[in-house]
Amino acid sequence: MTVTDEVLTQHNLTESEYQKILAILKRAPTITELGIFSVMWSEHCSYKSSRVHLRRLPTKGPAVLQGPGENAGIIDIGDGLAVAFKIESHNHPSFIEPFQGAATGVGGILRDIFTMGARPIAAMNSLRFGPLDKQQNKRILEGVVGGIAFYGNCFGVPTVGGEIYLADCYSQNPLVNAFALGIFEKDKIFYGRASGLGNPVIYVGAKTGRDGIHGATMASAGFGEDAGAKRPNVQIGDPFMEKLLLEACLETMHKGLIVGIQDMGAAGLTCSSCEMGARAGTGVELDLDYVPQRESGMTAYEIMLSESQERMLLVAEKAKEKEVFEVFHKWGLDAVTVGRVTSDGLLRVRHHGQVVAEIPNGALADEAPLYQRPLLPPKATLSSRLDDHSFLDGCPPALIETFLSESNDWNKLLKLTVASPNLCSRRWAWQQYDHMVQSNTVVGPGSDAAVIRVKGTKKALALTLDGPAYRVARNPREGAKMAVAEACRNIVCSGGRPVAATNCLNFGNPEHPEVMWQFSEVVDGMAEACSFFGTPITGGNVSFYNETFGGDIYPTPVLGLVGLIEDISFVTRSSFKKAGDSIVLIEPVTRRVGKVDLEDERAVQNLVASAIRDRLVESAHDLSEGGLAIAVAECCYSNVERAAIGAEITIPSHLEVRKDLFGEFSSRVLMTTRKVAELRQRAEQMGLTFHNLGKVGGNRLILNYESVKLVDISTDELESAWSGGLPKLLS
Amino acid sequence: MKFGVVIFPGSNCEQDCYYAIRTVVGQPVEYIWHQDTSVKGFDAVVLPGGFAYGDYLRTGALAKFSPVMRAIADFAKKGGLVIGICNGFQILAEAGLLPGALLRNVGLKYLCKFEYLRTETTHTDFTNLMTKGQLLRIPIGHGDGNFFADSETLERIEDHDQAVFRYADAHGRVTPEANPNGSLNNIAGIVNEQRNVLGMMPHPDRAYESILGSADGKLIFESMVNALVTK
Repeated sequence: MTVTDEVLTQHNLTESEYQKILAILKRAPTITELGIFSVMWSEHCSYKSSRVHLRRLPTKGPAVLQGPGENAGIIDIGDGLAVAFKIESHNHPSFIEPFQGAATGVGGILRDIFTMGARPIAAMNSLRFGPLDKQQNKRILEGVVGGIAFYGNCFGVPTVGGEIYLADCYSQNPLVNAFALGIFEKDKIFYGRASGLGNPVIYVGAKTGRDGIHGATMASAGFGEDAGAKRPNVQIGDPFMEKLLLEACLETMHKGLIVGIQDMGAAGLTCSSCEMGARAGTGVELDLDYVPQRESGMTAYEIMLSESQERMLLVAEKAKEKEVFEVFHKWGLDAVTVGRVTSDGLLRVRHHGQVVAEIPNGALADEAPLYQRPLLPPKATLSSRLDDHSFLDGCPPALIETFLSESNDWNKLLKLTVASPNLCSRRWAWQQYDHMVQSNTVVGPGSDAAVIRVKGTKKALALTLDGPAYRVARNPREGAKMAVAEACRNIVCSGGRPVAATNCLNFGNPEHPEVMWQFSEVVDGMAEACSFFGTPITGGNVSFYNETFGGDIYPTPVLGLVGLIEDISFVTRSSFKKAGDSIVLIEPVTRRVGKVDLEDERAVQNLVASAIRDRLVESAHDLSEGGLAIAVAECCYSNVERAAIGAEITIPSHLEVRKDLFGEFSSRVLMTTRKVAELRQRAEQMGLTFHNLGKVGGNRLILNYESVKLVDISTDELESAWSGGLPKLLS
Repeated sequence: MKFGVVIFPGSNCEQDCYYAIRTVVGQPVEYIWHQDTSVKGFDAVVLPGGFAYGDYLRTGALAKFSPVMRAIADFAKKGGLVIGICNGFQILAEAGLLPGALLRNVGLKYLCKFEYLRTETTHTDFTNLMTKGQLLRIPIGHGDGNFFADSETLERIEDHDQAVFRYADAHGRVTPEANPNGSLNNIAGIVNEQRNVLGMMPHPDRAYESILGSADGKLIFESMVNALVTK
């Protein structure tokens, strides 16, 4: 085969990368080998631009059983139990084909979890779209939500939380980040290792087709006008098949039949076989004639690079091959031995009796090129105009002008604000997700953090996703710290203790020095805050090339944080509980916008945590987008179990009415209590500012300011504006 | 009283039913595999929610041909207690053990949320511990829960007091607004004429402990135990 520049371009390989391939092989590659190198060395699989930075993230901690490098991170939650969790992006496929792109994103992350032996018990998702006044963005949002529901609901995992934000930069490049978490006994962890010479390598699950070939390469480039033509690169999901795979895989694990397992995700059979070999220091020999195929006449190149969904590769003990087959056949699945483990460290692929590829596993998995790409702070940054009210970013210009104008009709303004695109209820979306299956959901979607109980213990897990992209775009380092601070605050407000995190780093083109600078800054900010709060990053995903027509998205790191609630009786909700409860605000002495002081943040969180433990708190809600007025409104109506409840409060004044109502100051928490004096004393002892704002009660929300009644509105009216916001935008 | 919970390959609520019956109701329970040809030894059978065989064709369309369904039809004919929840209801309707059919929700979307159910009759083995008109708060989670029957069948269902639960508002009023999916007469659950087979779209297996938002669903399983004890 002659490898021309054109062939290299098609494979997204540079000349120097090709030279490296020649050096490794000491000969010219076959076309199959070239394809294998191209997917394994793609940005998506090799992290070649990000790895030098990711090393700076903290990954170890007392609870961490498994850090980055495996299919998912694992933490110890006590009682002999562990949880595996991870977040991953499926941005590019979701732009091309929203429904299937999102569905297979969910499928992929679920496989990462049960590959390790854990049964998935919760899913969440973080989504970004362009504004909904554009028809295309509506179609993408509806497709993505539909795809997530289709896959998760059928598979039987509760989708317990997530976030949706809209901003212009996502118009041509939506983000779909899927998180999943599974539970298992901590001595029953499985790894993706091909160990044991002569052991059979077994292919299980769906047949291999031509779908998704070069999906990983697609995810490693931006989009131009040919985006539509890439539709065949998107895979099709079958959640029923995945459910069968889950049950069958867990059964083989529990019966002690297998020694290693890895799902075929990005880069399919290629990635799973060479990574399993590389981790165990072994070779893997495959005979593609045995691979179950959906289409006839597939070439070795196509079989190795296919990203058909719902497939796994197992390595079983030689004597137990038959028993493995029996389990899979019981579940109606294909299971075929396609190769064996060897001692030579090579990935050797045969097809029709010929060796079509022979590459050292280590070279593919660990020796991908590493790039120290140039970093350059951008000349122009986002304007600071919306710093006090970041929720306005992505809103229609008319709404922004109305909000920022000198309007004095505060009733109208509040109603408008609660219904605005980034603050209105996401119920329309999450009602389509089964968030109750498995009967563990204590606090479902629409809260600061989701809470699921752990059956057989008195514990619960608190889970949250946070990705304040506007803040990160304004200041990547501070924004990343804010993401960590807010995620921790969410966990603490729900009664938990933050334990560990996973991150999905969505960025533009890494070949743009400004993008790499953002990336580096975000990693540093995240590293600093995660070290400070003791929440190591146990894994995650980097998604680069989120650009269309040369325009990069906001740097959008999304942090998935897992917290532990030691006693289920500590679970605290954000919604107001009972008429007569006092509403109090806790904040640091210094007000800050767009940045966070970690010591202040810790003081606030320590107060909330200790007050919850000592039963001083009836409800707790973190203040974020839209500030105090929005937080109070949310507490009135966020309890789906009952009708909205009213409140009357007096807003602390700094003589800047709009900022005092809607300003987004960092590190603030709204709580209700029946023990005001005790709480005040504690807050003041810790050097925090304590405001006794007013009381819960009635059926109106009343906001007083400097002895003027600014807002007096029926909570029902406010709630219907809020809950009707998204359906109205979509209609 | 031994309960059996059927597992189809795509069932996904079988563990919830199992846990509720064993841990909360406190009765012995075992799984029944869909390929089994007998349900001998069981006093009651639960068909749980999920997507039995993927349900890509039509909900329950394939499940009715599974070996276990023949055994369950036999068991029901002899008076055995059978409850089908969500996908279980769809399967019972497809299999002809219950009248009517479950169509796509009127909004065309899957819906997961709590609903109020009004208990319409206590003369069943599933509601004997309730009072007529009692409101239960139990969640739904389905895309195909829109109960439909031709007018003759519907009349028969109503005449024979077979509509067990109707969707209602928080005050117990059966209104169009309280109907989440377009079901005729707001029907959420029905029994057969012999009153030993119940199908319901809402999930009592997700509302058996207050920590989950409601414990009302427990009453249904406890009524079954009560019926079996007194039989």
